[in-house]
Amino acid sequence: MSTGRDPGLQPERTRLAWRRTLLTVTVVSVLAVRLASTGDATGALIAGGTVLVWGALLVLCWPRGTGTGPARTGGRTLPLVTVGTVVLALLGVLLVLRGLW
Amino acid sequence: MWEAIRRWFDPAELGSVGETPDYRFSLANERTFLAWLRTGLALVGGGLAAAQFLPPLPMSHLREVIAVALLLLGAAVAIRAVDHWSRTERAIRLGQELPASRFPAVLALAVGVGALLLVVAVLMRAVGEQ
Repeated sequence: MSTGRDPGLQPERTRLAWRRTLLTVTVVSVLAVRLASTGDATGALIAGGTVLVWGALLVLCWPRGTGTGPARTGGRTLPLVTVGTVVLALLGVLLVLRGLW
Repeated sequence: MWEAIRRWFDPAELGSVGETPDYRFSLANERTFLAWLRTGLALVGGGLAAAQFLPPLPMSHLREVIAVALLLLGAAVAIRAVDHWSRTERAIRLGQELPASRFPAVLALAVGVGALLLVVAVLMRAVGEQ
């Protein structure tokens, strides 16, 4: 892997991209928890689910954003963070529809 | 369709086709995936923000329609991101042409048309208040 100098700093750029993604996940999770916090049981349940998804995404993204040397590529992490994003979106749909009941 | 979903979750199968490319190509492909994922997350965040920060709009439930549309669009962008990553990785390994996609154009049109409709809604409210 270490073939000497890499003018593009590709592993570093990829790590920073993972960190940006984790930051975005965190902002979205905070927005979802804020929308869910209305003091009722359904809201608390959805807020709890959001925190769980955020924790799972934290565990998935953190190792990819830290360390030095050659970065790992691909693997199951990519489809799994996609699943986490889709679950966040569906929790959001539940939150919006809940407001209409 | 199920075959494609199974492929996303099976890195061993992806690693068995073709030749392992220069790792920089795989990293670039992964960053492209992450950029699309953040685009999807931004749409999800926009939907969540619309649901809690938008004032009441002139049409009933328009705010909820906007929020749900943005949330579902965000989910679609995320799913398409992993599918495109998987197909691109396969093409790189096999030395084939990268997969072409109309998705960016369709997404740009959808967001543009949605923004125009919102401008109309805001103007309608401004006129209604006078």
